[in-house]
Amino acid sequence: MTYLAKPTLHHPDLPTNTLGYTRRDYEGAVSTLCAGCGHDSISAAIVRACFELDLPPHRIAKLSGIGCSSKTPTYFLGNSHGFNSVHGRMPSVLTGANLANRDLIYLGVSGDGDSASIGIGQFAHAMRRGVNMVYIVENNGVYGLTKGQFSATADRGAKSKRGVVNIDSPIDMVGMALELGATFVARSFSGDKAQLVPLIKAALTHKGAAFIDCISPCVSFNNHLGSTKSFDYVREHNAAVNKLDYVAGQKEITVDYAPGKVELVTQHDGSVLRLRKLAGEYDVTDRIAAMEYLAGHYAKGEVVTGLLYVSLDSPDLHDYLNTVEKPLNTLDDSELCPGAAALQRINAALR
Amino acid sequence: MQPTDIRNPDYFHKVVDCQWACPSHTPVPLYLRLIAAKRFADSYMVNWESNVFPGILGRTCDRPCEPACRRGRVEAEPVAICRLKRVAADYKGDLGTRMPEPPGERNGKRVACVGAGPASLTVARDLALAGYRVVIYDGAARAGGMIRTQIPRFRLPEEVIDEEVGYIERLGVETRYNTWIGSLKELLGEGFDAVFIGSGAPRGRELDVPGRREAAEHIHIGIDWLASVSFGHVKSVGKRVVVLGGGNTAMDCCRTARRLGGEQVYVAVRSGFEQMKASPWEKEDAMGEGIPILDYLVPTEVLHDEGRLTGIVFAKVKAEFDAAGRRSLVPTGATVEIACDEVLVAIGQENAFPWIERDIGLDFDRHGLPALDPLTLQSTLPGVFFGGDAAFGPKNIIWAVAHGHQAAVSIDLYCRGEDAHERPPPMTTLASQKMGIHEWSYDNAVSLDLRYKVPHREQSLALADLGAEVELGYDPVLAYKEAERCLNCDIETVFTPKLCIECDACVDICPVDCITFTDDGEEAELRTRLSAPTHNPEQALYIGKGLKTGRIMAKDEDVCLHCGMCAERCPTGAWDMQQFLLKMTHAAPAAVASGAQR
Repeated sequence: MTYLAKPTLHHPDLPTNTLGYTRRDYEGAVSTLCAGCGHDSISAAIVRACFELDLPPHRIAKLSGIGCSSKTPTYFLGNSHGFNSVHGRMPSVLTGANLANRDLIYLGVSGDGDSASIGIGQFAHAMRRGVNMVYIVENNGVYGLTKGQFSATADRGAKSKRGVVNIDSPIDMVGMALELGATFVARSFSGDKAQLVPLIKAALTHKGAAFIDCISPCVSFNNHLGSTKSFDYVREHNAAVNKLDYVAGQKEITVDYAPGKVELVTQHDGSVLRLRKLAGEYDVTDRIAAMEYLAGHYAKGEVVTGLLYVSLDSPDLHDYLNTVEKPLNTLDDSELCPGAAALQRINAALR
Repeated sequence: MQPTDIRNPDYFHKVVDCQWACPSHTPVPLYLRLIAAKRFADSYMVNWESNVFPGILGRTCDRPCEPACRRGRVEAEPVAICRLKRVAADYKGDLGTRMPEPPGERNGKRVACVGAGPASLTVARDLALAGYRVVIYDGAARAGGMIRTQIPRFRLPEEVIDEEVGYIERLGVETRYNTWIGSLKELLGEGFDAVFIGSGAPRGRELDVPGRREAAEHIHIGIDWLASVSFGHVKSVGKRVVVLGGGNTAMDCCRTARRLGGEQVYVAVRSGFEQMKASPWEKEDAMGEGIPILDYLVPTEVLHDEGRLTGIVFAKVKAEFDAAGRRSLVPTGATVEIACDEVLVAIGQENAFPWIERDIGLDFDRHGLPALDPLTLQSTLPGVFFGGDAAFGPKNIIWAVAHGHQAAVSIDLYCRGEDAHERPPPMTTLASQKMGIHEWSYDNAVSLDLRYKVPHREQSLALADLGAEVELGYDPVLAYKEAERCLNCDIETVFTPKLCIECDACVDICPVDCITFTDDGEEAELRTRLSAPTHNPEQALYIGKGLKTGRIMAKDEDVCLHCGMCAERCPTGAWDMQQFLLKMTHAAPAAVASGAQR
């Protein structure tokens, strides 16, 4: 048996971005996940999003925990910083990295086991602190690496591949993120890149804790009749609230839509999130309404997807802590040790 | 769009660009894999079955396959298909019992072939194996036609011709060499069931300028001069030689002149350098031997002094194009004079049928070419068929072979009293190559190597000996590396929509963005919505329908690497890599195939 690397030959017309890179330059090693794994689609969506945003690969840090999902950072952004942490501890490591170097773009990749079971406390606190990051949970509802036991996000009543029915209540990661203060909350589906790629682009440019719950069918253990995280089930029950187009700051918005049908959200970096509304008057800036909407539709058996909540101008962890503007590794001696006079001033202030 | 019908043999045949472009439709990727596997004799037989002269073509083919090669669309240069074919011939060893025996029982029909060039020899092979008694006539002492007389030995050693002609002669073909056919009427009177005319385009076009006649002693028609060199009648040439013409014959002339004592050899061509008819590699080889090619020169006068050639005058022209894109060569007013001792005229060849009576019901068109059915190659005289350069004017060896196969099929049908338009369909097979989860019966890793150069003999040695072959050919190691550059375009991506769960794994892994799942639409519009929009309508879109979401699968065949990644990443086996083998049906399919399959 062989695992061949993806040939480096590419389409002769493969476009380059403003940095001169092709999309292929954002790829990583060839995936060793099961063929057809939803996670690989999410990796491809991340590659596409970073390429389209013209992100310099060396300014991105990708962090993960343990699990199928946490293996995936090997398979994308092969020229970025990476940290594969202890099980469930990605949020802490990411928080520390972010405090040390606020200039990098932080991408945390985790799974439903890593984030909703062993790392649920870490997840909760990273959200409530408003760490500036994108936190993607690749959510398949099972423990794939240990042969497909239900995870904490599996729906009650869902059937395992062996026919066992799940009796525990599920943890809704989106609901928790909303509850705990994430300022960008979305849900998507690995089988719908048209939806997923703009969401990742919007999340990467969002300042603050951006959370994406991405349902990602496990083709080996959770893609059968009776599963609520299969390709077929999610496609049948997908209730998207909006369709997002990410428009980079410098681009002019020219397309017109009927009034009331489109909501434009301008982010702090000037980029615009153009939301075509699909579900009535869903308001992405109303957190309470979002939580109600989610609960209501979950009860109806629907999987609500799209950009569910976004809050602009929210402070992030650095604002709360009033940290220095520069990455710590760029501070020189005079900034780190401002001298005896400065010390005396501080001491005087404390007397 | 309509879903693709892969049962149509043309569909996957077109995907195998090299095979589709080859006039005799040789299954190229198949024989390249056999070379990589060091199965040289097997590779030779695959070639022999299809193109009859692998050793000859491996050195001299016009290689229409190479410009078509998909590798040239994803990388800089195509696979060196032609020179790999030569490797199969060079290293095949003893073919033993692989060559088919002529059938023990003959069918009682007699067919005459006029000319012993590649077209006639192909007809003879196919028909001899089908049980016909074939009689080949040629004015020369040995078979080969232009292959023997016009192609210099430094490009094609005589042993190779003898060997490959011998395979056909040994099939019980009756050869009447040194026999010039002076009358078709007389030949028809001998009671043949059919006559095939493969007499080539034997007349070199004449130069018609002042001074031509006066200096005739030192002005030669290229193909005649090459034949004289080949037969040993001409052993030297003047020190300063000008070759007129821009085709491969001109290239052979100038390189031969260089070896016979020509120290200053020039090629002068009417057209621009880029528009020359000679193959790029032939031009390269000529220039590599220190022969300048001067373009946009139209000869206007031959200079002479008391019957001695002293030089030639050219009008310098430039190309101008009219609104319809037609080129005309317009004089610039400048003239160029080149002093020389001999001139070789290689400005084209013409057909000549002085031996065919015009009152026997065989019609000619206004160009002096026989009026033929383009499909069956049958003339207006029902039992007479044409092929090779004699049919539609000068082409090349591989076209002559292809004509030979087609004519043999027609003659076979004609002799059996059947409609020659009812062509037998090609034989095709399509079979999965899956051996394991990530394992295929072919080497699906894509080589990133650039095209390997064929080693050449050291130039001082090559130029000193007219018979020293310039190209030395790949050795098996180089051949393996070059063969690995083949993208295996005959291993097809076959899609089964009902197995697809639309997980996007194939879309994500495809290195060349071939695959798109999208809404149906008209082709032109759909092409703009693909993962990589395509503007090459020559290459098909493979459409799969019947997906759960109602979308379609559209695969652009244009730059597919046939790496099998889509099939490796497919969790349900909706993608499979299947070998498509197409063999043209010849007049004697069963007998030839039995030798090739061993």
